[in-house]
Amino acid sequence: MTADLFELWVYLAERPLLWLTVTVAVYWGAHRLYQLSGELAVLNPVLVAVAVLVGVLLASDTAYATYFDGAQFVHFLLGPATVALAVPLYGQAHRLRRMALPLALALVAGSVTAVVSAVGIGWLLGLGPEVLRSLMPKSVTTPVAMGISEKLGGLPALTAVLVILTGITGAVLAIPLLRLLGFGREDAHAKGFALGVAAHGIGTARAFQHSEEAGAFAGLGMGLNALLTALVAPLVVWLLVL
Amino acid sequence: MIGAIAALLAFQLAGEIGVRLLGVPVPGPVAGMLLLFAALALRRRVPDDLATTANGVLAHLSLLFVPAGVGIIAHGERLAGIWPALLLTLVASTVLAVAVTALTLAGLRRVLRGGPAS
Repeated sequence: MTADLFELWVYLAERPLLWLTVTVAVYWGAHRLYQLSGELAVLNPVLVAVAVLVGVLLASDTAYATYFDGAQFVHFLLGPATVALAVPLYGQAHRLRRMALPLALALVAGSVTAVVSAVGIGWLLGLGPEVLRSLMPKSVTTPVAMGISEKLGGLPALTAVLVILTGITGAVLAIPLLRLLGFGREDAHAKGFALGVAAHGIGTARAFQHSEEAGAFAGLGMGLNALLTALVAPLVVWLLVL
Repeated sequence: MIGAIAALLAFQLAGEIGVRLLGVPVPGPVAGMLLLFAALALRRRVPDDLATTANGVLAHLSLLFVPAGVGIIAHGERLAGIWPALLLTLVASTVLAVAVTALTLAGLRRVLRGGPAS
């Protein structure tokens, strides 16, 4: 019996179906937990699901590459989902035109703050130049961030991890923070835009949980900041001679 | 629904091809989003099918980041000594970026309208 179970495990562990199912099931559980807790910020579904899955992989001694063979089917959907952001964005098109100037200036302020504060605080805390360069594009969606990091002489693989951690940080902290700063239910556009600029796709996912309006502005902020950071980060490296 | 999925994939593909041909540093899906936005603006409406599918996908956007997030497992050793400094930097910088973006946007709207932002 035990031998049979072991054989079954060996069979399943090598098939994409197992880790695909586990990924979706763990996320579903994390999402339920988040809802049942009354949307408690620290129980962000991405944070909880990642923590549980890391625990499961460590406990079962499974390599990330084996896990990703299954999980890649979920990962792949990021592309079409990014394209789909055009739909809510189009729904806000009439407001975008009216708000173009404030949005453009808020984008520049947020983008520069994200890059400069990461380098400045990291430098004060004694992080090395290679880590600092990898940190600069942390607020930008992963594929762009990795490209920027490589160009700056950072470590693209490290940047990918920092991008995800930044996204989770933003998704957990942004809404409570903005509530403290006096932003209310009617400021969905400002909350969403800030989430997208500072915390890319994970922030955008959080914004969609808030409202469709917040999600649309978050998708816009994410897309625009990807373009802007590609220009800002090399400039900061050049200015600071990092 | 299948038509909407085909459309999303086709716009992503068009985006990927476009950025490679033009050599611009934009990810293919972001270019695909801009192309779809332009197409919707030309049509002046969103097909019902596309609206349903897009909202369905975006409602669980969080799920799609989980596989990449688990990738942190492969970097434990490199980050071992610098965890506290790194996390503190990420949290402080993200808080600042969120606050500055939102306050700038809300402040400018108030100034430009000469009244409270709606």
